[in-house]
Amino acid sequence: MELRGITKRFPGVVANHDIDITIHRGTVHALVGENGAGKSTLMKILYGMQKPDEGTIRIDGDQVSFHSPADAIARGIGMVHQHFMLADNLTVLENVVLGGEKLHGIGAKARAEILKISDRYGLGVRPDVLVEDLGVADRQRVEILKVLYRGARTLILDEPTAVLVPQEVDALFDNLRELKAEGLTVIFISHKLGEVLSVADDITVIRRGTTVASVVPGETTPKQLAELMVGSELPSPQTRESTVTDVKMLQVEGLRLTTADAEGVERTVLEDVSLTIHKGEVLGIAGVEGNGQAELVEAIMGMRDPDGGTITLDGIDISHLPTRTRREDGIGYIPEDRHRHGLLLEAPLWENRILGHVTQKPNAKGRLLDLKAARADTERIVAEYDVRTPGIEVTAASLSGGNQQKLIFGREMSHHPKLLIAAHPTRGVDVGAQAQIWDQIRTARHEGLAVLLISADLDELIGLSDGLRVMYRGRLVADADPATITPEELGSAMTGAASGHLTHSDNDSAAEQEPRSSQEGESE
Amino acid sequence: MKKIDKNKLILGIAAPVLAIVAALAITSVIILATGKDPIHAYLVMADFGSKSDSQVWIINKAVPYYLSALAVAIGFRMNLFNIGVDGQYRIAAFFAAVVGGALTLPGFLQIPIIIIVAMLVGSVWAGIAGLLKTTRGVSEVITTIMLNAIAAAVIGYFLQDGRLAVKDGNLFHTPNLPASSHFFTIPTQPAPLDGFLVIAVVVGFVYWFVLNRTRFGFDLRTVGQSESAAEAGGVSVQRMIVTSMLLSGAAAGLIGMPTLLGSSYNYGTDFPIGIGFTGIAIALLGRNHPLGMAAAALLWGFLERTGTQLEFEDYQQEIVGVMQGVIVLCVVVAYELVRRYGLRLQQRQVGAELAAQARKTEKAEVSS
Repeated sequence: MELRGITKRFPGVVANHDIDITIHRGTVHALVGENGAGKSTLMKILYGMQKPDEGTIRIDGDQVSFHSPADAIARGIGMVHQHFMLADNLTVLENVVLGGEKLHGIGAKARAEILKISDRYGLGVRPDVLVEDLGVADRQRVEILKVLYRGARTLILDEPTAVLVPQEVDALFDNLRELKAEGLTVIFISHKLGEVLSVADDITVIRRGTTVASVVPGETTPKQLAELMVGSELPSPQTRESTVTDVKMLQVEGLRLTTADAEGVERTVLEDVSLTIHKGEVLGIAGVEGNGQAELVEAIMGMRDPDGGTITLDGIDISHLPTRTRREDGIGYIPEDRHRHGLLLEAPLWENRILGHVTQKPNAKGRLLDLKAARADTERIVAEYDVRTPGIEVTAASLSGGNQQKLIFGREMSHHPKLLIAAHPTRGVDVGAQAQIWDQIRTARHEGLAVLLISADLDELIGLSDGLRVMYRGRLVADADPATITPEELGSAMTGAASGHLTHSDNDSAAEQEPRSSQEGESE
Repeated sequence: MKKIDKNKLILGIAAPVLAIVAALAITSVIILATGKDPIHAYLVMADFGSKSDSQVWIINKAVPYYLSALAVAIGFRMNLFNIGVDGQYRIAAFFAAVVGGALTLPGFLQIPIIIIVAMLVGSVWAGIAGLLKTTRGVSEVITTIMLNAIAAAVIGYFLQDGRLAVKDGNLFHTPNLPASSHFFTIPTQPAPLDGFLVIAVVVGFVYWFVLNRTRFGFDLRTVGQSESAAEAGGVSVQRMIVTSMLLSGAAAGLIGMPTLLGSSYNYGTDFPIGIGFTGIAIALLGRNHPLGMAAAALLWGFLERTGTQLEFEDYQQEIVGVMQGVIVLCVVVAYELVRRYGLRLQQRQVGAELAAQARKTEKAEVSS
């Protein structure tokens, strides 16, 4: 497969231009670049979701032009999206045949085909399990199978490892090697360099929407790759000296939270969560998403009322105070999903600057808004936090993810919080903005800010935190010292395989294993 | 930056213009289908509508329409569909008429009391829907429309001889208000303008000011744009729902006042109905904007005024109803199209401007 001179002008900051890539059959070809470099756009072009403005795509020497994903599938190209496209309430079999009923029917023949593919590539898919009962890694394998079922010979995987813990990543890579061995081609999009180097045969680096280099893993190092990606040296999240004081800023004790699901069944999402964050301390929470981190944040922010336990901020019991009071009392919040919780997408930037701080200066004078001051302060944030925008009247939706995040970060920091809750603060943010946000968290920490950091990026967690806790099924099951722990060791606690105090050991057996049978029986 | 603002203005006007042009086109086809000349119909309407007595009539008609649109718009800005403005204004006007008919105070006391009673009753009636939504999760669309029916039944029950009404020929109505409660009029030729026009303008201004210049209004709009972001930002969405329903109901309470205080002086079986639904159409057409809704209310009045004249020219009078319906449909479609187009346009412009900036700085770096 060859792509030549692909150019796409596109709303947003980065457009593709002059992309040249050659992908060989039967290889794993990695496409790396920082977030927002244009990788996903390129893949959408390849998969027929978008048409390039210029350039040609050739497959096996034939020039092709895709008008829709159906055209791409017909040419044997399949895509596994970053966000899975599965119906939870259907079985694996039903999900796989959905939309492909004509291929092998929906009955025994389809099941046989699924099992055949599953065995052939070592996917281990069980056709009759409901998708909602599957874990993230299993769902991903179903997605891969879905694509193979439709006869794909070239698979595009968009950031497949973003949702996986290290052990699952290894399993995925084994699957990819099987696919390769069978003569399939895999295009692997990622910005995690270690992974790329371990699995790819060829690597193409994209920067600012264009291809800047093609390398082979044997001849490069993560550092060189990183420099190609950003055009300069990669920033590191390493925190230098400790600034932890003994003043307790946030204290959570015995926090318990239950929610009722759609059927009205009570489910415990947080159980006996206790933690303390001091002034000048960054406490990192590791965990696979969906293990209660989001609920913990919402309980501390006051968006959910805890069923038990206390939350104390700077000596004041805030367990049941409204969100607004907590914000006024000095909690800053960088939400996990900035589009849903952090921004008014169709409102101008200056209105977004007011959001969440409408009662505070400079946004309000008494009960009235102070539009002039709010606008002026928005200008200041845009300049100080390097938000790339033509002005403050444009809507938040027209900014790129990194710039939206910089605006949110600037807004929250402008009110000098005592505690900052940062949920995935650099997710979907380019490397430049990432370094800037890390720097600012470090600076604020130096000045006595307490930070609750939740992240899926284990390097970020280990690099920024003064202390680490692991969350699993609504409990804090393990703690670790970020100075010595490795991502792999953290990863095993995240899957529930280890608990207690994790210590680094040189032979790879990771953490102190404690018997977990009693706890497991309780939570299931 | 200027360019984007100009675009915003053009897009803002584009939607209603597009909608009305499309509506005219569709209506023309319909008139043609009945075998009549659409152009002539429009000329008749324009000619009759511009007569001075028509103008007064249209403005007086537009006043309650505008108030109704404001009441609906308060809900719309919150993403609440208060379909019950109709019931709210009727039950409000009814009890205001009862209270007004029972009192004989000087006008400067009597009139405010009547208006306040109307606003209170309206907000209580709307507040029921708000409470049901927050406590039991019932959709306000369902509750408000059912409260419309209940309001009609309550009024029907009390509007009988010996209860709260008196019999007058074939009609029942509440006792007449004393002369002191007659609202002032603005003397114009050939007929006077309703003094409530002033109130409508004031309420329109208050609506704009509260929404755009106060903390409360910001919270309200935040909830309307993104409930999740509002909650994370510290707005109590539940309380906001109740508050905005109360406000919407209070505004609805005003709708019947021009009629009660300016022409009928009582609430009878012939009291105008359906203005609450007209308000929905006008709020949609006017984009919840205080000036846009004023224009839409006037347009509505114009269509109703001139529709009667079409009958004399041998057109079906229903054509005006068709026109109104078509306009509303076109408006909803046109706004959505223009909104999406505008958002994309802006994203492209921001992208282009940033790319231009980036190129400039890159060049500067290279040359230096």
